[in-house]
Amino acid sequence: MEQNHIEHADHFDPVASKLGMWLFIFTEILLFGGLFIVYSVYRFKHPVEFHLAHEELDVTIGLINTIILLVSSMTVAMSITAMQTGNKKLTLIFLSLTILLALVFLVNKYFEWGAKFHHDIYPGSEFLLSLSKGDMLFFGLYFFMTGLHALHIIAGLALLGVVFAKVKNGSVNQNRYSLLENGGLYWHLVDLIWIFLFPLFYLIH
Amino acid sequence: MSEHKNHISSYKSHAVVLLCLILLTILTVTITSVHLGPFNTAAAMVIASVKAGIVLLYFMHLKFDEKIYRFMVTLVLAIYVVVIIITFFDYLYRP
Repeated sequence: MEQNHIEHADHFDPVASKLGMWLFIFTEILLFGGLFIVYSVYRFKHPVEFHLAHEELDVTIGLINTIILLVSSMTVAMSITAMQTGNKKLTLIFLSLTILLALVFLVNKYFEWGAKFHHDIYPGSEFLLSLSKGDMLFFGLYFFMTGLHALHIIAGLALLGVVFAKVKNGSVNQNRYSLLENGGLYWHLVDLIWIFLFPLFYLIH
Repeated sequence: MSEHKNHISSYKSHAVVLLCLILLTILTVTITSVHLGPFNTAAAMVIASVKAGIVLLYFMHLKFDEKIYRFMVTLVLAIYVVVIIITFFDYLYRP
């Protein structure tokens, strides 16, 4: 018989939980990191084409989306502060704001990509295939990297939606809010990637 | 709960962090619109790295959490930088 056997109906270790989230974030950093290296090498090999191709991108819309993501990062951080101080209502408000900002980001992205498609710029379009190799690489990387980032926004939206529901029904609460913290970490990661995507694609000089 | 867990960032500090991030973003846009040659990209990357550092330390709470997270993040970023350096040694010195 085990003497020290204690039933843990509900084992809970916030430090380990966060450690697991960070490990997952590292795999994401290396995924995008690899793409950033591919981007740097091709930009190094085709500097002129990358510069000319980037002029097709709208700096204003990129800047607006950057600020939207930065603000949403703050609101999700504030939702954790609200949770720690036991203000459930405020936590839910901050989470809704974050979700709303994420949706606005996606709507902007829709219009931005829509305008590109309208000008016959999309992966595999005849116009794109008639351009030089450097231009094709720029737009290929642009669609792939911002597209993958947008997929992460959608995943983050789903995650924040689950967090919202769990905060609402009380299973994520002031004594146990690892899911909220980890959801927040994921959301900051999405912001972190955009911080590098924005200058690399929109602000080539 | 350990002491670290009890650190609560104030709403004000989050707002200040956001303000810094937005100012740095505007600075990046401004700096890349003037002609500095190759330093444009370098400046944009330095500012992006500073912004990333601020997000990691304050929003992602690395500054206040257990040291193990900070250690791991540093290690992963160091490995990534080494991979970048090796890749460019290859491409810069290809015949």
